[in-house]
Amino acid sequence: MKHVVTALFWAAALQAQVPYERIANAHKEPGNWLTYSGNYAGHRHSPLTELTPANVGGLKVKWAYQFDLNRAETSPIVEGGIMYISAPNKAAALDLKTGRVIWNWERPIPSDYQSIGFGRVNRGPAILGDKLYVATLDCYLVALDLKTGQQRWAAQVDDYKPGYSLTLAPLAIRDKVLVGVSGGEAGIRGYVDAYDAQSGKRVWRFHAIPGPGEPGHETWAGDSWKTGGASTWVTGAYDPELNLVYWGIGNPGPDWNGDSRKGDNLYTCSFVALDGDTGKLKWHFQFTPHDTHDWDSTHVPMLVDAELRGRQRKLIVNPNRNAFYYALDRTTGEFLAGRAYAKQTWAKGLDDKGRPILIPGMDPSEEGTLVWPSLNGATVWFSPSYSPQTKLVYVATREVGSTYYKREAQYKPGTFFAGGGETRIPEKEQWGAIRALEVATGKMAWEFRLVTPPWSGVLSTGGGLVFSGSNEGNIFALDAKTGKPLWDFQGGGPVMANPISFQIDGKQHVAVAAGRTLYVFGL
Amino acid sequence: MWSVLLFAGGLAWGQSPHEAVPDVTLGKRIFDSQCAVCHGQGGTGGRGPALTKPKLAKAPDEESLRRAIAQGIPPEMPGSWQLSVREVASVARYVVGLGQVAPEKLPGDAQHGRAVFQAKGCGGCHLVAGQGTARGPDLSAIGAKRNGAHLRASITQPAAHLAEDYLLVEVVSAGKTVRGVRLAEDPFTLQLRDGAGALHSFRKSQVQRWRHLPAESSMPAFARNLSATELDDLVAWLASLRGEQQ
Repeated sequence: MKHVVTALFWAAALQAQVPYERIANAHKEPGNWLTYSGNYAGHRHSPLTELTPANVGGLKVKWAYQFDLNRAETSPIVEGGIMYISAPNKAAALDLKTGRVIWNWERPIPSDYQSIGFGRVNRGPAILGDKLYVATLDCYLVALDLKTGQQRWAAQVDDYKPGYSLTLAPLAIRDKVLVGVSGGEAGIRGYVDAYDAQSGKRVWRFHAIPGPGEPGHETWAGDSWKTGGASTWVTGAYDPELNLVYWGIGNPGPDWNGDSRKGDNLYTCSFVALDGDTGKLKWHFQFTPHDTHDWDSTHVPMLVDAELRGRQRKLIVNPNRNAFYYALDRTTGEFLAGRAYAKQTWAKGLDDKGRPILIPGMDPSEEGTLVWPSLNGATVWFSPSYSPQTKLVYVATREVGSTYYKREAQYKPGTFFAGGGETRIPEKEQWGAIRALEVATGKMAWEFRLVTPPWSGVLSTGGGLVFSGSNEGNIFALDAKTGKPLWDFQGGGPVMANPISFQIDGKQHVAVAAGRTLYVFGL
Repeated sequence: MWSVLLFAGGLAWGQSPHEAVPDVTLGKRIFDSQCAVCHGQGGTGGRGPALTKPKLAKAPDEESLRRAIAQGIPPEMPGSWQLSVREVASVARYVVGLGQVAPEKLPGDAQHGRAVFQAKGCGGCHLVAGQGTARGPDLSAIGAKRNGAHLRASITQPAAHLAEDYLLVEVVSAGKTVRGVRLAEDPFTLQLRDGAGALHSFRKSQVQRWRHLPAESSMPAFARNLSATELDDLVAWLASLRGEQQ
């Protein structure tokens, strides 16, 4: 009998701690935070209701964790009384009650590694089964034992030397772990990869630039497709019912000089819908054809069910870097609605297929061309949020224009392949806001003004709150219905991270990093 | 690695002097296509810091700048193994020029300009080489940053040429109006220093109103207080301040 009990014990221990079904039903356990965006739909919304406009003013720091780097951008995973965090080539497990370190993991960054066109950052880990998954700057996807942080496997995604890198939080679905690559300023050819969660073997790769013979290849002049960019550096979303993975694709390269890559340059600046089992393209929608302003569409896609044009629909929505808000049918990719949500001077509007109607003369030039938004766009990688209660999309918005310059671009592996740059308008003319947009139309419901253009993600909660941060170090809560400020805390460093919410001992908490410090707040 | 050896040893440098003659035009071309991605066209800043300063914090002289370009500055700035010694030197020479106004021939008498500066009480608000009152911008290296025309206009119409970080703000709180230079501001709070040098810190939600005064300067306009000769002399002296002497 004793043997049977022991055997049962071990069988239970060997079973997956966090099976896929738990992540797919993350809303049923709001005390945890099981995937980058809180759910597969990309909402970054916590259903927890303990914190409300009435009591959020009493929020206090419960503990803090300091990273040994200048800026933390991690979006933690919370499960089973443990918070899992990441940093460039590092991961750690923290006791959720105290912030004390349970284990640390590190993979040395090679001395000749270079980040070409982005900071040395890591935006979070992923959890599935009995493993934690971390993507590294030197282009490995690593699986760690949840309990000890010991390495189970490390899969080489690519060679970092020509400019490939991984900064994103992986997306773990069913039995696979998905990653995308950074390097859009280095002449890479981007892709989305899926790896077997158990073995680390690659299951499929979707090339974000079609190769010879594939549909869309004709949208690239000559050999430009080989070095055309199309990075995939922000975590996607997943619809378990449709078994479709949605992923945002980055800018074409060279960024600001499009002469050598005439054509629409598919699938840059697009959302793609991929079959979860095979990686096969189901549909694509290109926000900015033949982009020359570095307006990556590497955003977290938001999957929303809402009424539009008279009927209930499965939508995918996105406030895009190019300053337009889009609502598409997520089964077919059909464009349904769109409008500008921030200042833009490059398009008269969108046509009935969602294609921008260009204003002539807005491309970068030798002498410089002033265009809104700047190359960082009306919003960038940090997450927007969707609240099913208010039916509003919350997005940290940047109001910045830039003079764009076009310069020569020569491809040399492992160097910048950008073809120009920008000069932003003076700092005193730049500003930002947290904006609330109606989900079906993108029409602004309210805004909370910020002194400078933000770099922080947004979290909404079931108690009717919106959390975000400022460059000046403020971490704050707004009323989700009105945008009225209700609570703020000076975190001592710029907020360049995504907030999350979870429970400690049944009490709701909120965590976000400011500068090098991760703060955990509770009542 | 070779760049480290090259620059640290100085041997290769010394052996091929012709290869290392910097060419500013070449430097600009390389900068525009490879450095401006982060530092902005003309070095105005972006993802990377602005380079339009007389002295760069991490590369205060041309040699250290060459080293920084070749080796990079970890963790954010990549090195440039792809550039030749001459190309690196050319970029460095171009970047040095970005932060410095070339010396120009100006009409006034610089020595007399120093007396004008003292007589008009400019030191009551400005430091020069550590002397004076630290209220307005430090002018010790102003000649390297601003040309004669700009200096002249800043003296006669200060509000039209407001120095960075000297925005005037006005706050009405508890029935009292406070004006001063903005020291810091975030969405929730505002810190300013008034004309008497006192610090005020406000929560925006607790004041009656507050506003920026972008068209005003705390510096008085000297258009009518200086003769044409005095103005020429003062400008000539300020233009001679390049942060080196004293």
